[in-house]
Amino acid sequence: MRLSEQWLREWVSPKLSSEAIAARFTMAGIEVGAIEPVAPGFEGVIVGEILSVASHPSADKLKVCRVDIGKGRELSIVCGADNAAVGLKVPVAMIGAALPGGVRVERADIRGVASEGMLCSEAELGLEQTASGLLVLGGEAPVGEPLRDFLKLDDVTFELELTPNRGDCLSVAGAARELAALTGAPQRKRTVRRVRARGKRRLPVAIRANKECGHYVGRVIEGIDANVLTPIWMRERLRRAGVRSIHPVVDVTNYVMLELGQPMHAFDLTCLTGGIEVRRARPRERLRLLDGKEIDVTTDTLVIADQSGPLALAGIMGGAASAVGAGTRNLFLESAWFSPGTIAGRARAFGLQTESAQRFERGVDPELAPIAMERATELLVAIVGGRAGPVIERRAAAQLPKRRPILLRRERIGRMLGKAMADVVVTTILKRLGMRVTSAAAGWRVTAPSHRFDVEREIDLIEELARVHGYDKIPAQRPLLRMHAPQLPEGRGTTAKLRSVLAARDYQEVITYSFVDPELQGLVGSTEEGPRLANPISADMAVMRTSLWPGLLKTIIHNRNRQLSRVRVFEIGRCFAGGSAEVIQDSRIGGAIIGAALPEQWGSASRPADFFDAKGDVEALFALSGEPSEFSFERGDHPALHPGQSARLLRRGQAVGWIGRLHPALQSRLDLDEPPVLFEVDLEAVLRAKIPAFREISRYPSIRRDLAIVLPDDVSAKTLLEVAQRVAGNLLVDLQLFDEYRGKGIDSGRKSLALALTLQDSSRTLKEEEVEALVGRLVAAVESELGGTLRG
Amino acid sequence: MTSIQSVEQDLARLVDEARVAIAGVAEVAAVEELRVHYLGKKGVLSEQLKRLGTLPQEERPLVGKWVNDAKAAVQQALVVRRGALEIAARDAQLVAEVVDVTLPGRGLRQGGLHPVTRTLERLETLFVRMGFTIADGPEIEDDYHNFEALNIPPNHPSRAMHDTFYFDAHRLLRTHTSPVQIRHMEAHRPPLRVIAAGRVFRCDSDVTHTPMFHQIEGLLVDEAVSFADLKGVLAEFLEQFFETSLKLRLRPSYFPFTEPSAEVDISCVMCGAKGCRVCKQTGWLEVLGCGMVHPEVFRHVGIDSERWSGFAFGLGVERLAMLRYGVNDLRLFYENDLRFLQQFR
Repeated sequence: MRLSEQWLREWVSPKLSSEAIAARFTMAGIEVGAIEPVAPGFEGVIVGEILSVASHPSADKLKVCRVDIGKGRELSIVCGADNAAVGLKVPVAMIGAALPGGVRVERADIRGVASEGMLCSEAELGLEQTASGLLVLGGEAPVGEPLRDFLKLDDVTFELELTPNRGDCLSVAGAARELAALTGAPQRKRTVRRVRARGKRRLPVAIRANKECGHYVGRVIEGIDANVLTPIWMRERLRRAGVRSIHPVVDVTNYVMLELGQPMHAFDLTCLTGGIEVRRARPRERLRLLDGKEIDVTTDTLVIADQSGPLALAGIMGGAASAVGAGTRNLFLESAWFSPGTIAGRARAFGLQTESAQRFERGVDPELAPIAMERATELLVAIVGGRAGPVIERRAAAQLPKRRPILLRRERIGRMLGKAMADVVVTTILKRLGMRVTSAAAGWRVTAPSHRFDVEREIDLIEELARVHGYDKIPAQRPLLRMHAPQLPEGRGTTAKLRSVLAARDYQEVITYSFVDPELQGLVGSTEEGPRLANPISADMAVMRTSLWPGLLKTIIHNRNRQLSRVRVFEIGRCFAGGSAEVIQDSRIGGAIIGAALPEQWGSASRPADFFDAKGDVEALFALSGEPSEFSFERGDHPALHPGQSARLLRRGQAVGWIGRLHPALQSRLDLDEPPVLFEVDLEAVLRAKIPAFREISRYPSIRRDLAIVLPDDVSAKTLLEVAQRVAGNLLVDLQLFDEYRGKGIDSGRKSLALALTLQDSSRTLKEEEVEALVGRLVAAVESELGGTLRG
Repeated sequence: MTSIQSVEQDLARLVDEARVAIAGVAEVAAVEELRVHYLGKKGVLSEQLKRLGTLPQEERPLVGKWVNDAKAAVQQALVVRRGALEIAARDAQLVAEVVDVTLPGRGLRQGGLHPVTRTLERLETLFVRMGFTIADGPEIEDDYHNFEALNIPPNHPSRAMHDTFYFDAHRLLRTHTSPVQIRHMEAHRPPLRVIAAGRVFRCDSDVTHTPMFHQIEGLLVDEAVSFADLKGVLAEFLEQFFETSLKLRLRPSYFPFTEPSAEVDISCVMCGAKGCRVCKQTGWLEVLGCGMVHPEVFRHVGIDSERWSGFAFGLGVERLAMLRYGVNDLRLFYENDLRFLQQFR
């Protein structure tokens, strides 16, 4: 809310500078986001009156005006504004005037006619962004007076960033009440002048929803002149509050809302059929709103209706059909209280955001409606004339919020704040806030005023005390707490460790969005679409990721497009599965590499990273479990991966992830000129770890045997290693596969795999014959089971 | 007839000859050959011993000694020469093996962590050392844990501030880490000291907002925990995080799940509170929101608010990372440009 300091000071005027007022507000939870002047600097602009308007001899769109600027002086000014007319009082920038934006007004010759100044619009004075013509000041403006003085433009606005609990400050009166409480400065007394009813006309008003509308005040005003201009002082105040001047009647209702905090609405009486009814909407009712939007009113919505149907969304926005306009002669004015629950969320549901709804959903003082009605009537009669009818009031006292006394315990204040507060401080603060305070055994009984919707319980009062007294007066202290030993499960690795392993292997961690492009997700082979957002921020962030790969691939593409050819990235994060039923949201660790295996360097030939580079990195993660042998790689088909270079990752036979080279079709679809290798593993599967258990180290020598074995191509290395493992049994302390060879010397369709076996017994030195026998058994097993032979 | 003189002359000649030969060799292997030639079993000096038989008995010891002296002399020459050659060879090797030590090292480079992770790990370490434990919760949350249990009923105006991503009427992406508080209190009884960090989501994207960001949430519940304790813990933690002495300012604010609530400002770490672009010339930086746990929140999780009290705080990890490392554009965190990320190794 934008609050003019001048307007505020009419209600309460502490001896503080603008900055000090802002600071006091801010430090009491009424944040002042900005202090801004209500008008930019300009000088040399005074009030003038147009005495005559003649057409320009050589330009159709221009006029030549004689302007009275007081003290018997007149100027001849060329002007292009459509609304320039005899008798209007307008701002005149005289020769030498400095206008906003560095404009200096000079004597000019405009197509053969001398112009001795400039008539100004709001835009030219920097009061508005745009304007449609000259700023019309109204009859009361004294000719010759500097405009700044007349409009009292040496004023600032405070931008109040109010939290949702403080709807009571959404008005000049409310903010003033708060400032008075915060500073102790006296507050202007609000005097309600009852406007005597000169008219007799009443309108039947029936409240069919007392719970939602516990207080309704209405009044007919007949015979207004809607063609008058809203007085410049009111237009200026509206402008400073950021509200556009629309129509004198609407302007008055807005003005009263800004001043007192009571939203009001005016209907064109001639458009009403029968009486007013406040009720819930009926099925299939429609309403065209003031903003032109046509909506289906849902049955949980409160409407103001007449015999023919809904006229307005209660407390939110009026309807177009009954809106006041230029031809309006008779009004029905409404000032009502709608319960916060009735309005809360409704405006948003219709895609609306109105000043009225904003106030009602936070809570408007239920006693304010008749006061606002009198204030509005007073202003209307003064501006547009007319005969005000008798006030029609419907009040369901039982339905209005009640302020019950709250017990405030002295001990509780000290306990919650960490510092006791003197009784006199407590009572002074509460009373200044308009609370009724009486003594009670353990403290006080406190009743909040009707505008404080947010004060319902003891803690609310303690907060008020802390806030008004000042958070800075509460000391900072370090709490004394019981020690406790945390759990430190050694059988679980940490993500920090996994991260550091990959970082040490030249991977950069990335964090990508949890929602991705459904198309890319489909491409990387997700068989099921992730949970879909009902309101995504954009189409390419519409579904939850089912894999880390879309984000990693996007990262690769982003960096490749920026001339970084070698990219090695990983991410740890949740992936999602499951549609309408239970959603699975488990974390995974995934990586992607593309480009050279090693950074460019001297002394080693560059080669592209391949499946086995990534596999080595994945194995490093598996090694952290302390049980790398529980993991295995099994050839498998994944739609996003090259069918010949992809593997399912297993732990104890359970599928836990995938590794593989991106499928060439997808690679070309993504416009990558090299193939990335991707991997992804369930985080839980790599976090589970074995607690180390000591094994005796043999004191006897080990014997190494290297064997090259020729096998059919389709026998996997894993199969061979398993046979070797089984045959060598407990004596095998290390087994390495150190070469794979195809080509010269080996028949086509076959390959040679070289194994290094390290054999050792824990209790004695192995004999040569034993080792020979073992190798013999291994070769025999390889022959019979795998069709392999020892390479000659 | 062998004369003792001739033997003596022969030995002297052999020793001289050997010395010349030894001095003339250039390789260690050649030294070994000469050793065999002169001192081997069948070497020329050993041959001289055979002549002893032809000498009279009484002369034999003397001649024997001469032979041994000659052998020793040759041995000495061999050792000296070998030593000299070995040193020369080592020297030559060292010269030949000189490398340019300024050439770059080989192998992989060091990768790195995302600055958000780096910041999170620091924050977690700080709190864990203060005795907090780490809790975790789902990112797809239900309305109850994200809002209702936190005293934000349906249609509450503060929901408008959350810009929530929804899946359907009940499920949403958590808008803050506060639901982890609820889940933790549902599962554990006080006293509690817990932090929860992770991704949160809001339907908002512009220069200063990304639709996903990170928060870290703290909760401490014990007997007689007060607002003064909250101030103390935050002051301590922020000073350690920024490693500088700071001024702290708590401004009253409003969160439905805490009361009293506060926004916490620190004196600007970029300019030393002198006023700069980052603090918008105010000298203050808003870094977190906090407050005393609302009795309604305790009611939802079945904790007696008469006996227990507590505080909670939540802070934006990106915000702290930006301040700590001087990052000037939030969006950089999620573009994942390596030229940005690699600055945080």
